[in-house]
Parts: sequence; structure tokens; C-alpha cells
Amino acid sequence: MQQIFQFIFKNSHRLLFLLLLGISLVMTIQAHSFHKSKVISSANFVTGGVYTQMNNVNEYFHLKTQNDALAKENADLRRMIFNEKDSAKPPVIDTIRGVRKVDVIVSKVIHNSYNVHENYLTINSGSLKGVKPDMGVVNTQGIIGIVDKVSNNYATVISILNVKSQINAKIKKSNHFGSLVWNGKNTGYVQLIDVPRLASVRKGDTIVTGGQSVIFPANINIGTISKIYTDNETNYYTLDIKLFNDMTNLGYVYIVKSRDKEEIETLEKQSKPNE
Amino acid sequence: MNSTVLVNIARFILLIFAQVVIFNNFNLFGFINPYPYILFVMLFPVNGNKNVLLLTSFLLGITMDMFSNSGGVHAASCLVLAYFRPVIFKFAFGLSYEYQTVRLDDVLTPERFSFILIAVIIHHFTLFLLEVFRLVFFWDVLLRTLSSTIFSIVVCIILIYMFKPSRR
Repeated sequence: MQQIFQFIFKNSHRLLFLLLLGISLVMTIQAHSFHKSKVISSANFVTGGVYTQMNNVNEYFHLKTQNDALAKENADLRRMIFNEKDSAKPPVIDTIRGVRKVDVIVSKVIHNSYNVHENYLTINSGSLKGVKPDMGVVNTQGIIGIVDKVSNNYATVISILNVKSQINAKIKKSNHFGSLVWNGKNTGYVQLIDVPRLASVRKGDTIVTGGQSVIFPANINIGTISKIYTDNETNYYTLDIKLFNDMTNLGYVYIVKSRDKEEIETLEKQSKPNE
Repeated sequence: MNSTVLVNIARFILLIFAQVVIFNNFNLFGFINPYPYILFVMLFPVNGNKNVLLLTSFLLGITMDMFSNSGGVHAASCLVLAYFRPVIFKFAFGLSYEYQTVRLDDVLTPERFSFILIAVIIHHFTLFLLEVFRLVFFWDVLLRTLSSTIFSIVVCIILIYMFKPSRR
């Protein structure tokens, strides 16, 4: 017994190192595995507060571009109103009960990272505003990511520039589906993989969200095809997609809240209990 | 509470603050950032308590991880640096390390430079290896380590010179 204590006392430095290293490695591995990572994130009081203060200062440098973007969006929305055949038409109701299917929460990116392989954003609205994990995040130009962790006032978002992210997307013209991933190389481009060879793809075609997952509603813009690769082994296309969004410069974003999500998910869980 | 402890606490807070507010936003060529916050580990008193150094390095790393959503990447690499620090000291300064007359924050000599170089390389290599965590990107890890190392060393030396204690 005494020898054990002596051993621990003698090697306390090495043991402490191994203990702390073990803790940090476990946290690293957890952060790299996609789901149920319970590690610390920047969605908390301290880091969220610091990033909010930094964003308050930074915002002033982007006022002009923000105004331009808003003016463009307004013009777009106005064009939609003017081109409507009958502007007094009642809004389209999706279900018999007349419940809107999708709700939108406005939020602001207070911290944006795009220089590593696993990028996360921090936004300044959390569970108090109704943000929950696995909600989609978009802005006027296209999709941005999926909500990861949520605190009272902040939330972190898995950016589409994250090698872990995988989003269902399709070619707008032909409705062929694929998975949107990132190869970790260029912040302006993402990849659409597993597109069947039957699909007719051409440079410049628009890619939109697929609507197969409940996270994003269908037909939200993503980008255009810029390069086409064929994989000889699998008979699938891999497409380079040029994003509409400039992921290095993000301001206000919208969090998409699907009202049917829980219902669909519980239903799917019942029919596939093994997964 | 003597002045050394206070100086180290202040250094801890200031370096994290500077790292988060300034140095994390450089993004040179899109991905190169300096990480001068490890100056805390390097400038920790040579004859200070080793276990305290390990614990504070862990705390330093975990705080950085919190800010950059990276799990335990910074914590692990800071720990590795803190653990191997005596070895690097022995390698860079030779015998004089044994007599504990080493001062890092002084005129730049080849010994001091080699210490900073090795320390930064060890930290950055561990950092990027854990951050990327996929062998597919191994060349990317090396590229990031090299480019960020150069950048970090320049920033570290500038910071050391800026805050060099004035001689009386």
C-alpha cells in the first residue's frame, strides 16, 4: 500500500499529464464524432458575450454592404408581389387545418469560422427564442448550416463548410438527388456526391435543397455546378458546386423551424425501430 | 500571492483575450492564423511547479477550445507542450538550464530562438493533427503546421520584445 502511494507521489507529474491528456483526447474524439457530442461549445454565457461585443464593433464596417443586400432582397420580394397574377389572392394553405408548415426566426451571426476543416458559426439567439438543435439555417442567398448546440441566448451552427456536414440536395432542373458535402479545400465550393449517372448535368445548373430531410424546406438555393467529375468505380457523378453565399461574410440569418419535424421523426422512428 | 503569480494570471487573461479578439481573425490566405497564446506556457517560470504548469496549460487550452468549438484540441496540444517543455529547455540551452538562469524574455539569442521554434512546432503539429483528425489530409496538416509556425514565431518574438521588462 505504501509503495502504491509512493509510486503515485513520485510520478504525480506524469500521471497528471496522462490524466489531463486523456480527458482532452476524449473531448476531441467526441467533438469529431457527429452526433451526441456533449463537449463544451461557444454557445454559452462567456464566449457568447465576448463574441457579441466583438460583433457590435465589427458590424459598423459592414453597414453599407448589409444595406445593399437588404435593398436587393426588398427588390426581389417586390418583384414577386408585382408579378403575382392577383395580389389580393389569399395565402396558400398547406394542410387542411391551415397551419403554416414552416416558421422563421431571425438571428445574427456573431462568430464565423471558415479556416479549419470543421467549421462552426455562433448565432445570437437560443432556446429562449425557440431555437432547437437540428434546425436549418439559411439567408437570402442560400443555405448556411444546421443548428448544433443551443444555450439560453446563443446557439452554434454546423456550417456547410464542415467535412462532417451532409445535406440532401437536388438538381433543380431534373430532381435528381445527391448529398452535399465539403472536401475541406475551398471556402467558395462544396461537393454534391452520389448523383446517378442517368441525370443530365450541365455546367451552370442550379442546385437546391432536396426536401427529403425535414431540416430544410425544399427548393432553397445552394449554388451552381462548376465542375463535373465521373467516378468510374461507382457510376456516380461528383459535382463541384459554386456557392451563392459568401461563407466568409455572413450577417443576418434565418432559422427555419419546421412544424412537422417532430411528427415525421417519431413516425419514422416507429417504422424503423432498429436504426 | 506574490508578483510572479499575479504576472502570470494577467498574462493568461491578456493572451487569451488577444488571441480571440485579434489573432484568430487574421485568416491569411484563408487559413493561416498565428497562435501566440502559447507564450503563456513558454514564459511560465522555469523553476515553477510542474503540476501547476500542467493544470494551467489545460485550463488555457480548454478556454481556447470553448471559443473555437474544437472539443479538446487546444487543451491536448498545450498539455503536450507543457509536458515536453523541460526537454526542450535542456535541448536548447544545454547545461545552463540546470542552473535555472534561463530567461526567455530578453535579447534574442540562437538558444532562445531554437527554444521558441521547437516549442511552436511541437504545439502546432499536435494541434493541427488533432484538429483535422483524418489521415487523408496529412499533407494539409504539414502545410498548415509549417505556415502557421512561421507566422506564430514572428508574432511571438514581436510580443516578447514589446513586453520585455524594462531594465533599471
